[in-house]
Amino acid sequence: MAAKPKGRAPAKSKAKAKAAAKARPKEKIATGKTAVDIDHFLKTKGLDTEREKVIGQHIGYRYDVNLLPDYSKLTPFLRAYMETMGWEDLNWLEDVHMGYEDGKPAIFDRNINGWVTVSKGIKLPGNQQDRDMLARELLVKFQMSARHPLVQLKQVYKKF
Amino acid sequence: MAQLTRSKSEHPSYALGWHTIPLKGRSQQAFFTVEDEGENFVYPYAIDVDFNKRIEFDAANLEAPAINLKIRELMEQGYGWIVVKNPLAKHSLGVGILNRLKLDFEGSLGYFGVGVIDGPNIRIKGRVGWSCAENMMSGTVVIEKNAGSCFGAAIRGGDLVCKGDVGARTGIDQKGGSIIVGGRTGAFSGFMMQRGRMVVCGDAGKNLGDSMYDGTIYVGGSIQSLGVDAIEAELTQLDIDWLTRKLALFDIEAKCGIRNMKKVVAGKQLWSYDNLEPAEKKLVL
Repeated sequence: MAAKPKGRAPAKSKAKAKAAAKARPKEKIATGKTAVDIDHFLKTKGLDTEREKVIGQHIGYRYDVNLLPDYSKLTPFLRAYMETMGWEDLNWLEDVHMGYEDGKPAIFDRNINGWVTVSKGIKLPGNQQDRDMLARELLVKFQMSARHPLVQLKQVYKKF
Repeated sequence: MAQLTRSKSEHPSYALGWHTIPLKGRSQQAFFTVEDEGENFVYPYAIDVDFNKRIEFDAANLEAPAINLKIRELMEQGYGWIVVKNPLAKHSLGVGILNRLKLDFEGSLGYFGVGVIDGPNIRIKGRVGWSCAENMMSGTVVIEKNAGSCFGAAIRGGDLVCKGDVGARTGIDQKGGSIIVGGRTGAFSGFMMQRGRMVVCGDAGKNLGDSMYDGTIYVGGSIQSLGVDAIEAELTQLDIDWLTRKLALFDIEAKCGIRNMKKVVAGKQLWSYDNLEPAEKKLVL
């Protein structure tokens, strides 16, 4: 096996790789009636049709709600979560996807009926399946946090 | 207190009478950083149970509320595997469990069994009545025999499995999760489905997927008729992989072969919000 070259890659090859990545066609995601670029809702407000421009808001989902998970992309955290719960697959997390809100990547949390935005420090993968796995992991961490709004609500309103 | 204030935006929609009215004072900002959270896999208010700690009790002489309380008490004692003997088809058993738990019912359940659950793995050896696992959030429910109508009504997540036949309106208003039927399903299955997946290995009754907004229905047998805006679509490799894995998980066989299953999705002709005039929209909303 050839040894890995040490040190930083030359600037030329880096620039070449960057150009190649730019030239590569971006993954398309199905959101409603049409397929759009994966970063469409990060780059634009999603006002594509005449009607959307007139009313000033996007119509429909910003991600493919029917996309089935690719289990080869499962993260160690999600595996550990499944094991703890006694499940052999993602269970309810199969319905969790990375969405977009106000031009930011975000995950819909059904327990608070709102969007949880992904912080800037987290690097977004280039394909939807990996993004969905990241969304699942973040959502579990958020929901199981003692700082989740549901904890306070439960303390105030719980009946038993 | 929340205040209704009109947006001062000069958007063209203003001229058409379609305004943005933000509700101020209602939003909440939660301070949360991923790095600060440990590897916690259960809700902070969850009861700590051990799957290896098993207990059985006889429910023959207990009323439904007493059975549900007994399950809760046993969970608080740390039992993670509870077996309920002789449930005698009583109604509303095993409801409101928001915890990880193995729960077995050795018999049949009545109406509204195992509703509003979030996390447990439930096995029912007999049959179930109407609206089993209604509003289920997560977990698995496996029924060995048949189920009544409105099976998995308004389910939002998790796997709901019936190895036998189910009644009408299966998965009515389904908002997520997977409903798997080993046998046949009745009329209006998937009615107003919004999301999630339904697998029917046998035949499906009239008006399958009527007025469905989104989601996917897979059928192994014949479909008596499709409902309004439900259309057939092509199976993808991702569908085949998912079906193969899911059916194997619950030991269910698609007699016709997974590759021959029919896939039904929303035709999206009912997605007509963009065609409404602002004044009409106001009336609808």
